[in-house]
Amino acid sequence: MAGPEVERLPETIRAREAEGVWSFEHFPWWLGAIVAFIVVMAFIIITNEAYTGAFSFIFIGIRLTAYTTLVSFAIALVLGLLAGLGRISHNVVIRNIAITYVEFIRGVPTLVLIFTVAFVLVPAAAQALDLEGRLISQNSRAIAALSIIYGAFLAEIFRAGIESIPPGQMEAARSLGMNYAQSMRYIILPQAIRNISPALGNDFIAMLKDSSLISVLAVHDLTQRARLYAGSTFRFRESYLILTFFYLSLTLALSLLLRWYERRLGKD
Amino acid sequence: MAGEMIVVENLHKYFGHIEAVKGVDLRVKKGEVVVVVGPSGSGKSTVLRCINHLERPTHGDVYIDGVHLEDKATDINAVRAEVGMVFQQFNLFPHLTVLQNVTLAQQKVRKRSDKEARDVGMKVLERVGIPEKADSYPRQLSGGQQQRVAIARALAMDPKIMLFDEPTSALDPEMIKEVLDVMLDLVGAGMTMVVVTHEMGFARAAADRVLFMDEGQVVEIAAPDELFNNPREERTKLFLSKILSH
Repeated sequence: MAGPEVERLPETIRAREAEGVWSFEHFPWWLGAIVAFIVVMAFIIITNEAYTGAFSFIFIGIRLTAYTTLVSFAIALVLGLLAGLGRISHNVVIRNIAITYVEFIRGVPTLVLIFTVAFVLVPAAAQALDLEGRLISQNSRAIAALSIIYGAFLAEIFRAGIESIPPGQMEAARSLGMNYAQSMRYIILPQAIRNISPALGNDFIAMLKDSSLISVLAVHDLTQRARLYAGSTFRFRESYLILTFFYLSLTLALSLLLRWYERRLGKD
Repeated sequence: MAGEMIVVENLHKYFGHIEAVKGVDLRVKKGEVVVVVGPSGSGKSTVLRCINHLERPTHGDVYIDGVHLEDKATDINAVRAEVGMVFQQFNLFPHLTVLQNVTLAQQKVRKRSDKEARDVGMKVLERVGIPEKADSYPRQLSGGQQQRVAIARALAMDPKIMLFDEPTSALDPEMIKEVLDVMLDLVGAGMTMVVVTHEMGFARAAADRVLFMDEGQVVEIAAPDELFNNPREERTKLFLSKILSH
């Protein structure tokens, strides 16, 4: 049990934030510093020709970065949900398949997995399905790799979310005659997904950052564009500062959005 | 077995190495109200939960309206739709409104149309006395109101049997009566009920028979007057002396 003093302190901070009272101690200086970096970078990009050139070259990569992240995350959500449900299944075979998948992925570095999926798993799957492996684009391989990797991470989030719902909920649903799937679909998952949505958002941001690793497959994402530009012009400083600027702007915007959403969740 | 809604035969339940229920037999006729009393940890709730297979018996058999639950061919979901259950902690669905709480299973299990489910839902909410809360969420309700919604949710399925697992134990004292009143209304309507409770007043007023359990066994089962006034077993006397002395 927390004492009254411990309880009260965050309340006062929250109350002060709500009232908009300025406080040196609680001002988000970190946010100010990051925003300052972004603003200064934006100013330099506009005014300095060397930066403008690098910017317009690298910017083209944002399309592929965004596309790959969104598609991979959507697939990873499906994989993660299935593996998360498998993880808690009473069926020994299903449960062990799910655990093997999750633990296998977690035990191998992301970069190594990208190579393995792109150059081993995808060709093997293509062969098994009697497809021409050469025709599968590098970007499809990148999406396959990111989906499989994040599917395993999300599986653990889904599992934790489902297990966070009191068992009485499942019992009540089952006692009304709903089967396991109906109880999951209508009672457990809606509550679980609400609880884990901040964690899912965090993993989306993490995936956006990890998508830079797919540049090793020579797909034209932000990172690859920056590498190409730096390599051909030797403007390393411009290229990589702009690359940093891109990722930081994207992740900052997303994490602020997430914070706002979490607050709104907390108010309900 | 004609007219017997619930038959429990030689029920045993182990949790790990602990035997929570040690050979319980119980027969409940249609329209009969059986109240189960006993000290905590005596296996009362476990017996109740075995009746709709929320717990699987380790040994023994349960029949609901003649359907053998331990038979692999039995569709347990179909049986559960006929057996309403009310929990100590209400277990309402917090993400759904009160009305959605009472309509969801009707639609998904009974396959009723939206309108039919809604009509039945409002009818049962009126029966438990809170139709005006239909669009509220469970967290906006008092404990007593929540438990009445939980009863309505079970009633909406038109069950043949209602099971109550300490329905008033989590309630503030001033809310116990409103829940017991709803239960008495069900008794008056001829519902077959098994009620695990510590409310001896309810047992006296409503029970056809009172079953006293201790250490996983049925110690005594008798009409309430007989059990409360002339208990035959020493253990029953001891238990009653502890709870009725005030």
